[in-house]
Amino acid sequence: MSAISASLADSRVMVRRNFKHILRNPVTIFNAALMPVVVMLLLVYVFGGAFNVGEHYVDYATPGLIVLAICYGLSGTAVAVSSDMTKGIINRFKVMNVSRGAVLAGHVAATMLISAVAIAVIIGMAFALGFRSPATAGDWLAAIGIAAAAAFAAAWLTVALGMAAKTPESAGMAVVPLLLLPFVSSAVVPAAKMGQGIRQFAEYQPFTPIIESLRGLLAGTPSGGYAAAALAWCAGIAIVGYLWSRATFSQRA
Amino acid sequence: MSNSAIAVSGLRKAYGNKVVLDGIDLDVPAGSVFSLLGPNGAGKTTTVNVLTTLMKADGGTARVAGHDIAAEASAVRAVIGVTGQFAAVDDLLTGEENLRLMADLHHLGSREGKRVVAALLERFDLAESAQKMASAYSGGMRRKLDLAMTLVTRPRVIFLDEPTTGLDPRSRRTMWDIVRELVADGTTIFLTTQYLEEADQLADRIAVLDHGRIVAQGTSGELKRQVPGSHVRLRFADGAALAAAAGVLAGSTADDAALTLRVPSDGGVRSVRALLGRLDEYSIDVEEFSVHTPDLDDVFLALTGHASTEALAS
Repeated sequence: MSAISASLADSRVMVRRNFKHILRNPVTIFNAALMPVVVMLLLVYVFGGAFNVGEHYVDYATPGLIVLAICYGLSGTAVAVSSDMTKGIINRFKVMNVSRGAVLAGHVAATMLISAVAIAVIIGMAFALGFRSPATAGDWLAAIGIAAAAAFAAAWLTVALGMAAKTPESAGMAVVPLLLLPFVSSAVVPAAKMGQGIRQFAEYQPFTPIIESLRGLLAGTPSGGYAAAALAWCAGIAIVGYLWSRATFSQRA
Repeated sequence: MSNSAIAVSGLRKAYGNKVVLDGIDLDVPAGSVFSLLGPNGAGKTTTVNVLTTLMKADGGTARVAGHDIAAEASAVRAVIGVTGQFAAVDDLLTGEENLRLMADLHHLGSREGKRVVAALLERFDLAESAQKMASAYSGGMRRKLDLAMTLVTRPRVIFLDEPTTGLDPRSRRTMWDIVRELVADGTTIFLTTQYLEEADQLADRIAVLDHGRIVAQGTSGELKRQVPGSHVRLRFADGAALAAAAGVLAGSTADDAALTLRVPSDGGVRSVRALLGRLDEYSIDVEEFSVHTPDLDDVFLALTGHASTEALAS
């Protein structure tokens, strides 16, 4: 068997393993899907009325909540990766010549599955709360593509953070910035309404182009500039996450 | 190819300025059981990690099944199996799924995989718990599952790092039986342990590791001869009996205060019978009789001049 097909076969086995983990530990997926819904209810019913965003608030917030839905699933991944690394099983895989990429790919695939479920739940909730979109099927497909790219990038970065963490507990903490960063973007209120300094940060951080491109697509007014920036950020983050995880994996016995 | 399953020469490893392996030489003939005996922190696990390619050595060479561990790591991995001190099982998978995972990663194919998994579950007495998650297994069962996972591909050289640490006596015996079966099949076993009895029961050759150095090497009999700890202890009702016994038993040392006599003996039935026969001959009554065989602490005391870390800690 050639190296590539062996590594693909290994990846398939590892993805199956990680999917089974999710089924055995449904709390992870429940948390990932539930927390964004709670935040959504808070934003729409508690705070939303006070925000003047120039449109129906749920319509404004939904793209940001899609991104939040991705982020809330990440701590489960970081903990799972770190548990794998700190328990003996990883040494078994190493001694068995299992390709490193396969172990990592299993976690990335599982993370994306959780993201997909959380995104589906949040979009369903959005419609239930009165979200209406003039987007065409093509816009929706493009939005799903961007969300998938964001989930992919976040998954690789999280796998790297999980790899680098000394314990599963600290791995869970390492992704907290990823939960907070969306709030300092245009997710909840437009960046233009923020104070000096914060505003510039919000405008230039990666979550903003991702959210703005989703917002444009779902509002039926797609923006090529935001989409390109979003995809560039996702590609960059995914590459950094991938290289960082591989390097950490090789380092740790 | 030589007849050595594992040949190690001058192996060194340090973490920062802490030397863990300080020039280790070992030779393990194919098809034998070799035991590395030592207390916690002696460097046993590091040795296993280096020999199984999980860690790089700082110096020295080692060949496993004829392959250099540094230059031919992949070839080494293809012929070895490792069962570590902490059961490397996937807690969220069932026993059967854990074994299937191994079969799949070894690309055994569906039918062959199923056959191997079923056979291993049967052999390790895990068939009944096959559908339970590994997290629900007892310590002994986890260790058995771990070893079964290692055996999915019938490795030629198996490394067992403290396979019975933390197990109850019954599980320990089961583990010993399994090791004996493996050896009968021609597998080479490299076993680390803190228990002299375990090395004694299983190993053809034993090396005693202390602070990263091999301080003694040989068969269990050879090692024990270097240890003066093996003796019989007799307690008497009064000083007269003690004195009489001391007079007829050569090489004995009396403790007048405790009314005990220490007689060097291998503790075997024959020698003990001879000893008791001699006391009988002189009509000397013994209050209490006990046999003391050397344990790891005795070996350490004799070979290194200091007690093992466990003994110091307690």
